[in-house]
Amino acid sequence: MRDFYGVTLETPMMLGTARYPSPAVMEAAFTSSGASVATVSLRRERGAGQAFWDLVRSLGVHLLPNTAGCHSAREAITTAQMAREYFQTDWIKLEVIGNADTLQPDPFGLVEAAEVLCADGFKVFPYTTEDQVLAERLVDAGCRVLMPWGAPIGSGMGLNNIHGLRTLRAAFPDVAMVIDAGLGLPSHAAEAMELGFDAIMLNTAVAEADDPAAMARAFSLATQAGGLAAAAGPMGQRDMAVPSTPLIGKAWL
Amino acid sequence: MTDVTIIGAGVAGLWAARSCLARGLRPRLLDRSGAAGPHSCSWWAGGMLAPECEGATTEPAVIVHGRTAAALWRGVTEVHARGTLVLAPDRDRAELERFAKRTSGHAACDAEAIASLEPDLDALHKRGLFFSNEAHLDPRQALSDLVRSLAASDVEIETADMTPNDVTGPVIDCRGLAAAGDVKGLRGVRGEMIILQSDEITLSRPVRLLHPRHPLYVVPRPGGLFMLGATQIESAARGPIAARSALELLSAAYALDPRFAEAAIIETGADLRPAFPDNVPRVVRKGGVLYLNGLFRHGYLMAPALAEQAAEFLLTGIKGALFRED
Repeated sequence: MRDFYGVTLETPMMLGTARYPSPAVMEAAFTSSGASVATVSLRRERGAGQAFWDLVRSLGVHLLPNTAGCHSAREAITTAQMAREYFQTDWIKLEVIGNADTLQPDPFGLVEAAEVLCADGFKVFPYTTEDQVLAERLVDAGCRVLMPWGAPIGSGMGLNNIHGLRTLRAAFPDVAMVIDAGLGLPSHAAEAMELGFDAIMLNTAVAEADDPAAMARAFSLATQAGGLAAAAGPMGQRDMAVPSTPLIGKAWL
Repeated sequence: MTDVTIIGAGVAGLWAARSCLARGLRPRLLDRSGAAGPHSCSWWAGGMLAPECEGATTEPAVIVHGRTAAALWRGVTEVHARGTLVLAPDRDRAELERFAKRTSGHAACDAEAIASLEPDLDALHKRGLFFSNEAHLDPRQALSDLVRSLAASDVEIETADMTPNDVTGPVIDCRGLAAAGDVKGLRGVRGEMIILQSDEITLSRPVRLLHPRHPLYVVPRPGGLFMLGATQIESAARGPIAARSALELLSAAYALDPRFAEAAIIETGADLRPAFPDNVPRVVRKGGVLYLNGLFRHGYLMAPALAEQAAEFLLTGIKGALFRED
């Protein structure tokens, strides 16, 4: 199993901590899914007396601070440095947003920030597209984990470019990859894992479900199923039907 | 002769005093800053009595007890029983469908129905939901009306910085976040608001604009004032409204009615809402003290029910549905 900067995750599921109806509901979603990583956003939610962060810390999962909402490399770098200090971890989920409407990554700012942060000792988890050349630049910058999107953040559309994701997976067999963003249904998560990705990252699909804890559990089961399927070696697709019952011996009249 | 000491004179403390008085219990009411003002998070509230709409994101207890609020407030201050209109930009129809699925007590509105409810929004919005059983009030008016009605029974707010430890006899602690060290699980959730003034727009009821990123409500107040609210940020940081929050609230208001672009910004505010982990307000008993706390974004909606349950417990020992032992 590919590791995440030397850490083997207990389960291949990462959950965000935003948009839940309440912290109690969030906690229930973590418990029912067994998610092993919580992403946390420092940018808007900093300040003294952080009872909310105490609650997130008490979940007992790995914390992965992000740079959500940053629109330039400089902004993302500053946020990452603050997050390292605040959360006492060198893990950083690097987001540099290129378009406010689609929230798609800015590939140029992303590489720029990744170079600076990797050189500064951060363990960078870049939120990227499925573009292979961009991935190469990020790996060159020192990233050992990639987080390609399935679809735009919060859209729930699933895997928009299966071909691109499959190519990306094949191109970097040693790099741990997490499908980040755009998953709406457990079947999307299963599909991501079947493609050979190492984990999935979710927030909206769980937090905005009518029953977040139940949806988190559904995603967790789908992730396990997809992971088992990938390890079990899926059959290839064929153009022709292949009968599963031998024809010899069948009554021939 | 004091039967119960109430600490904190925000909406919870004032209601606690009122509910005690109504049961023949003589309250003494203390607050470290005197009568409610900008130091109190009650000051910054929207004043919506909207249990059905809140039901989209809250626990059933808030809906059930919130439904009693309008009737209880009617004895105190002017309650506008004009319902709530919920709208969504055309692009965000899915938000409206989701909101409808999660709430009850609403009717679907087309452009014509919206225009007949709020003529000023004519031709601006194509679809919405109308919650006819909801109401709103003016929070600052309501606070001063509560103070006045207590004064009529010779209950005055004493300015004194005390905690339950400084007092003998029964205590109802309504200090909000100031009691965070005493009650388990209490946290602050930052909220920011803006008050606009416009003579061009008239709304007769709270309007909510659903949006996947920046939901907004606008509550009309007398004098052409409109309260825009409110951000909800998991942070205990105080300090003035952030530029980003102001941009978001104002953009959403502009999306609701472009004439808000010409409105005057009268006031901005930010404060921390006290909340428990499930965001449900509670009466918590710890030792000899009853804590009315965790009112979150439901201060005006839930203070009456909480106060009634606290006073009832003092008098009879009956524990209401919102009662918890710490």
